[in-house]
Amino acid sequence: MMLQSSPSDPLLKVENLVVEYVVGGKTVHAVSDVSLDIARGETLGLVGESGCGKSTLGRAVLQLRQAQSGKVMFDGNELTSMRGEALRKMRQRVQLIFQDPIASLNPRRRIGDIVAEPLVIAGVKDPERRRKMVSDVLAAVGLDPALVMGRLPHEFSGGQCQRISIARALVLNPDFIICDEPVSALDVSIRAQILNLLEEMKSRYGLTLLFIAHDLAVVKAVSDRVAVMYLGRICEVGPSEQLFAKPAHPYTALLIEAIPVPDPDMRPAESVAVGEPPSPIAPPSGCRFRTRCPRADAKCAAEVPELRSVAAGQYAACHYPLA
Amino acid sequence: MTGNVLLSVEDVVVDLPTPRGNLRAVDRVNLEVQAGQTLGVVGESGCGKTMLSRAILQLLPKKAKLGGRVMFDGQDLVSLDRESLRKLRGRSLAVVFQDPMTSLNPVLTIGTQLIETLQEHLELDLAAARKRSVELLAAVGIPAPEQRLTQYPHQLSGGMRQRVAIAIALSCEPKLLIADEPTTALDVTIQAQILDLLAREQQRRHMAMILITHDLGVVAGRTDEVAVMYAGRVVERAPTPALFKKMRMPYTEALLAAIPKLDTAPHTVLPAISGRPPDPTRPIKGCSFSPRCRYAVARCHGEKPELTEAETPAHQYACFHPIETPAAVPA
Repeated sequence: MMLQSSPSDPLLKVENLVVEYVVGGKTVHAVSDVSLDIARGETLGLVGESGCGKSTLGRAVLQLRQAQSGKVMFDGNELTSMRGEALRKMRQRVQLIFQDPIASLNPRRRIGDIVAEPLVIAGVKDPERRRKMVSDVLAAVGLDPALVMGRLPHEFSGGQCQRISIARALVLNPDFIICDEPVSALDVSIRAQILNLLEEMKSRYGLTLLFIAHDLAVVKAVSDRVAVMYLGRICEVGPSEQLFAKPAHPYTALLIEAIPVPDPDMRPAESVAVGEPPSPIAPPSGCRFRTRCPRADAKCAAEVPELRSVAAGQYAACHYPLA
Repeated sequence: MTGNVLLSVEDVVVDLPTPRGNLRAVDRVNLEVQAGQTLGVVGESGCGKTMLSRAILQLLPKKAKLGGRVMFDGQDLVSLDRESLRKLRGRSLAVVFQDPMTSLNPVLTIGTQLIETLQEHLELDLAAARKRSVELLAAVGIPAPEQRLTQYPHQLSGGMRQRVAIAIALSCEPKLLIADEPTTALDVTIQAQILDLLAREQQRRHMAMILITHDLGVVAGRTDEVAVMYAGRVVERAPTPALFKKMRMPYTEALLAAIPKLDTAPHTVLPAISGRPPDPTRPIKGCSFSPRCRYAVARCHGEKPELTEAETPAHQYACFHPIETPAAVPA
């Protein structure tokens, strides 16, 4: 699985990454032979259902989970072999935003201290300087520093807590942020605010983003390219507009079809007998999607489909891609 | 609205005492559901939609104060005694909650939970209840239903658990099913399957349904009528096609606009609703949505709009400056 839409200047390059872990004596194939590139300044969306390995992939990029094999190159440096101080330094350039904004903030610490923590770890010794940086970044995410710094997380709503998490991720001025379902826990009206904020911060801080979510419409709203993941493998990747207009992988098409459309004239298509994803403990042979795929035949059970070019910049891992 | 009204919620008020003062979770809500029809109740977290469903089910927290009437199938549920209520709930009034893991008992098998319900309400013997359970699990699309009877909830996926919860809810042929965010915890492909299942069973059983959700997309294709709630009140109510054709309440419009759409280009700025819903322990004098509304004028901040009839039949909205009328242009 080599071919990818290779951006000329990738900030992040994931090569043949494999992450497996053992649960109750059984091996979970969380990420199987995944390769991805993210160009400097690009947002790559990563979509898939729960348990498809998208969060594990995000964590493996940050080396929060040990990969069995494969490489993660960040700005030319190989992270998988990096240890100790060098890894810690590199991690300052890569930050993570989690799904549950309230659970990701320590309930006993004041907002000012929570946002300053990365600075303390990075060795910014001057408290006045830290204070100034925290205050600046809080203002950037739309909070009033004077009002919020002394308060505790429980005094804030989910949307505001997510703003605080974003401020904490930005305070070290990173190059790359992994957003793991950053808006799934938020209400529709707040979701749009946070998505807009992420876009604004991206251009203001010159960020590159890996945006992980299960909601295709949310992913499309912010991503330049989208990768679709199913049971540990990438099944399709391509420019957002193109991927949604002309999905080549039947799984991508299924995901698009399943989105409820806010229009009563569009009668929801009776969902075909698609069932549920099989367990990543015993993924199907060949193409992992074949057990739910209307087009699957013997070849799909026998051969793992490679990612192949189906259109400019668009790649699908399917023996029988949609025309 | 005429027809065979099964449920009628009349001036329902729910007050919850909190350390910060009284919280009015539901504020004078009026709704009807006709037999065999689906009502969608849409709103964000904290808008009172779940408290409203609990008021209908008479499952409010102990300290809550309930006002108004809930007429169901000719009886006022508010004045019904505990024993009659217990007989009614699960029998002709059923509910499916958001998280199937918390609504199913983790230490009882699927079979025990289904069979218990059937024996309790329908007085079936064990063999008949068992047979019926297998039929129900098959009807909600669970493969190998016989074997599932001996399994525990944790052995099933989230989607399968929700199917079991639906099977239990449907087991006694209820007249009304309240589905409170039944798909919010599920993946989008599973969500579509569960919504299809609910729609299919509803039609087959000629059952009425209240579908509670925060997603206007979910109600669009699957309900007959929609009530939009904001800060404890119904702010717009209409037959589903009429609502989507011509929504009058700015909140409904804003809620719809804020959903990312597949047909807009990436990096388009989303029309977000600024601010957030008001603190329910600090009631606002005027329209509750006025602090966030782009059409609001002085009157909106000082006076509460009541639900008024729109020119389209059965369409009501609570707004002084509804969308797309001359009055919407502030002087």
